[in-house]
Amino acid sequence: MGIAEMIETIVKIGFIIGLTIGFFAPMLAWVERKQSAVMQDRIGANRADFFGFTVIGLLHSLADAIKLIFKEDFIPRGAERALHTLAPVIAVIPSLIAFAVIPFGGKYTLWGHEVNLVIADLDVGVLYVFAISSLATYGVVIAGWASNNNWSLLGGLRASAQMFSYEVAMGLTVIGLIMFYQSLSMVDIVAKQDNFFHWGIIWHWPAFVLFLACAVAENKRVPFDAPEAEAELVAGYFTEYSGMKFVMFWTAEFIEMVTIAGLCVALFFGGHHVPFITDAELAGGFSFLGPNVSNLVAMLIGVGVFIFKLVALLILQMTIRWTMPRFRYDQIMKLGWKMILPLSLTWIFIVGVGILTGVMPSP
Amino acid sequence: MELIIFYLVSSMAVVCAVGMIVAQKPVTSAVCLVAVMFCLAVLFALLNAHLIAALQILVYAGAIMVLFLFVIMLMNLREKEGLVSAHLEKVQMVGVLALGAPLLWVMSTAKVFVGAGGDVKDLAEFGTTRGVGALLYTEYLLPFEIASILLLAALVGAVVLTKIKLR
Repeated sequence: MGIAEMIETIVKIGFIIGLTIGFFAPMLAWVERKQSAVMQDRIGANRADFFGFTVIGLLHSLADAIKLIFKEDFIPRGAERALHTLAPVIAVIPSLIAFAVIPFGGKYTLWGHEVNLVIADLDVGVLYVFAISSLATYGVVIAGWASNNNWSLLGGLRASAQMFSYEVAMGLTVIGLIMFYQSLSMVDIVAKQDNFFHWGIIWHWPAFVLFLACAVAENKRVPFDAPEAEAELVAGYFTEYSGMKFVMFWTAEFIEMVTIAGLCVALFFGGHHVPFITDAELAGGFSFLGPNVSNLVAMLIGVGVFIFKLVALLILQMTIRWTMPRFRYDQIMKLGWKMILPLSLTWIFIVGVGILTGVMPSP
Repeated sequence: MELIIFYLVSSMAVVCAVGMIVAQKPVTSAVCLVAVMFCLAVLFALLNAHLIAALQILVYAGAIMVLFLFVIMLMNLREKEGLVSAHLEKVQMVGVLALGAPLLWVMSTAKVFVGAGGDVKDLAEFGTTRGVGALLYTEYLLPFEIASILLLAALVGAVVLTKIKLR
């Protein structure tokens, strides 16, 4: 690995970490409070101010961060100290590293250097995401077990059963898509969506609906938040967490939302592609700036389009969260095993028939 | 670069494996086991076998999770679980040494770990999804299908057994 590649990788990792932890995590915290307020006809967070400027409640993220840093870090008596401390870390790391295979742009040649806007172009991209997300279960279950609290334990057990069930279904929902694009690599899948009529959402919208449902269930958000149902389990698996450790669970949830949105953009919404315009045409439109600068402009537009789609999907997830009531636990299990799983198997069969008969032209 | 990662990850795997055996609590052992499996997956990835690395995490993370839940649900004791008396510990030590030393000797002299296997035609393709898939669905189709039917039988058997218990 040369110096140039090393720098490129570090810049890309820095960009993704800045985008997820630095920008989206605090922004989503604000959006969650403000959007719920708007949807419920309230005003929402607006008290934190800086010399009288409240900046529509945006300062609350900052105020919360300062408050939580100085909060007491409490470990209950009888808890497993090491595992109790480790659990939030185990929860937050998988959500971060899953983003490594999601391409946030295409391939561009800048001043003789080939830039591929993805941290790791893995041959098994989609499988990698599922493998990493299966590790996320551990953080939750260990947190529930190590807290020495029955509510926590129940929350952890619920989370493990739920995440297991929906992982199976989620894996099956994208099989049809993989058959269609004939690749597991996210970069290949995005590259094959440069034609608008090859976007995943055009041919695979039933898979998208099923996938999004499974992904929200994996993330344990409303309507699938039985593991942390406050009416039954206090706060579920993170009942005994305070201060920064609590924030880590909460950050993990928001980063997972961003990762889910990124996955949906890459698999179903054409990644960085603008509808009806290919990468080459986009760069060609700026050819009066010279080959390098026009590629740079195309790259920036691509990343911008990716983030735009990401935000749209995040807003969709937020709206789902504030629209639906919580499902009962047996309803969650029934939905996963008896409805989504058979439906996704049926969809795989339909896609197979479609590809074989040529009704669904594989790009 | 790869060598540094290799030594780092493999030493971590050894430490975690020792930790799994030494740990006093079954849950700690399970956590160590997950860490070992993760390190092995990284080693597979270093060998260019990305599919096997992903499957290693996917399958074992799930499998050990079940083990983990077994520990939580079936062994309700918090301390001194699985501990044996000091006398038995010595017997265990002797047994491990008596069986382990010959095993180590066999492994160090055996030639199975040297060089590529007979069926690996193209080393660059080996371990990729395409390579593994091609081998599974052409040369090893029959054993692959037999294994899947066996697993299905086990699955159906488990369901039937629990149903009988319910009645």
